[in-house]
Amino acid sequence: MKISRAPLDRRRLVRALALGVAALVAALAAGVLLGAAPVGWSTLASGLSPVERAILLDVRLPRVLAAAVLGAALALAGVAFQALLRNPLADPYVLGVSGGASLGGVLALVVGVPAAALPVAAFGGALAALAGLERLATVAGRLDVLTLLLTGAVFNAATAAAIVLVQALASREELHAVVSYLLGRVPALGGGALAAVAGASVAAAIALGGWGRALNALALGEEGAAQLGVEVGRLQRAVFVVGALLTALAVSWAGMIGFVGLVVPHVVRRLAGPDHRLLAPLSGLAGAAFLVLADLGARLAMAPRELPVGVVTAIVGGPFFLVVLRRRREGRGV
Amino acid sequence: MSEPALVARGAGFAYRDGHGVAAIDLEVGSGEIVGLLGPNGAGKSTLVRMLSGVLAPYRGSIRLFGAELAGLARIEIARRVAVVPQETPSDLPYTALETVLLGRHPHLAGLAFESDADLELAHAALAQLGAEELAERPVAELSAGERQRVAAARALAQDTPALLLDEPTSFLDLRFQVELFDLVRGLAARGRAILAVLHDLNLAAEYCDRVVLLAGGRLDAAGPTAETLTYANLTRVYGTEIYVDLNDLTGSLVVTPLSDRARRRLGHRR
Repeated sequence: MKISRAPLDRRRLVRALALGVAALVAALAAGVLLGAAPVGWSTLASGLSPVERAILLDVRLPRVLAAAVLGAALALAGVAFQALLRNPLADPYVLGVSGGASLGGVLALVVGVPAAALPVAAFGGALAALAGLERLATVAGRLDVLTLLLTGAVFNAATAAAIVLVQALASREELHAVVSYLLGRVPALGGGALAAVAGASVAAAIALGGWGRALNALALGEEGAAQLGVEVGRLQRAVFVVGALLTALAVSWAGMIGFVGLVVPHVVRRLAGPDHRLLAPLSGLAGAAFLVLADLGARLAMAPRELPVGVVTAIVGGPFFLVVLRRRREGRGV
Repeated sequence: MSEPALVARGAGFAYRDGHGVAAIDLEVGSGEIVGLLGPNGAGKSTLVRMLSGVLAPYRGSIRLFGAELAGLARIEIARRVAVVPQETPSDLPYTALETVLLGRHPHLAGLAFESDADLELAHAALAQLGAEELAERPVAELSAGERQRVAAARALAQDTPALLLDEPTSFLDLRFQVELFDLVRGLAARGRAILAVLHDLNLAAEYCDRVVLLAGGRLDAAGPTAETLTYANLTRVYGTEIYVDLNDLTGSLVVTPLSDRARRRLGHRR
């Protein structure tokens, strides 16, 4: 499929983002209205019973909103890391930040930290991983992309092993908690947490979109971008911090929800082009819609039982990743 | 008299493996084409990197249009100097036009989108390189030579008073080599300062006003092209026998490296 695109201008940006908002609103509506106990349009029109009201507004709505902000954060983290590593297959998970977050979370679970403090522990783990990675991958004062990738891979393997070790030492109930944490599920976030992730996602979308032209230039390589006037070192560091913080936030509240950061920017790139001024904010909106729908799928697939949403995103994302990888290897582009 | 557009004074740089360039003095004036020649590893690309602000010299200084390069922000450097690189990444996710538009980056403020004027400049740059029909094609699908023309168009769109070309013709066929350098000569005639790294000495002989010969990271010889591209200089710098004579018909300098077979023929004749 060959898409001929006009270069980006403000009108196209606004139009595409409006479509993105519409898609998100539709997904939110579906997420609230559909579920194990469906609420039909007729009921909606004729007024809700107190029970239906409670299901919609107190049970589903917080969860749908949480899915939306988490999905946006994960997709934006993907955009950040893909721009940084100049590789559309980069994902928050390849850098080991999520490994650090889950190790922090798992340790906290096993030590018996109250559930409310779990995100804090995971966030601490992610920050520790981020600091370690940044340190290890800084070569001669610059963030070295290849070292970053390799360090992340090694770090992920090491944290995975550490998590298995913790699991082996854990009691039966702890083990259950750890496994469900690692599988990734959408929690009903409280107001503060919701605002934090939403705020971070909006800020990230604006920052990445605002740095869009410089991020576009980065595809020419560090030297090529520098010769176009981009302060490459500063930009890379900023993008790394944005991506890592988003990942840390998302993982600490939702566990390991994989592939959102891979699938969403990829699809957006195919539909709307690779220009980061549009790619970043649109991926945020699309990521929000995607995780709302994935969570809906997780609720509906085996209703009334629920699957962890991480399972749904992995079932969609795993094969997707392999197909994309294969196509790239065959030189058919992305 | 104002000072030349590009000035390097005792500029030196060493990579960690000890390679690099030592104490280079170099000037490129507005309106002239200077060829930077020398064997592989002589330090030509290092010098280009220093002049474009990507590498900071360890010693000496570089001045762009009267301003110390070390004191300029990257974006200010990019408004003064554009670089046509040896190669453009083949996995670039953009169309040719989008790639050329990247050249407008240093001229656009903060969140600005490319204006119609920018778009026109980009199209004109592509047209000047005979690449207008590539505009909507993804760069990843182009041949190496087409990609090189797109890279040159991007540097043109950057619209800078100085242009550094680093092996700009390595993938171009003869027609496009000549077309590119005719274009470059036109740019010089309109007052641009041009420094071109070249492997093709015949191209250098034809187009450069002056040449600078580098060998082993040092400046070996420099001067007007016809006086500097001599048998003695070239043979010494490249470490192989190189003959220079004139084409009877066109009056151009012709540079011929002596092959083993040619040397035997020469021996018979002597």
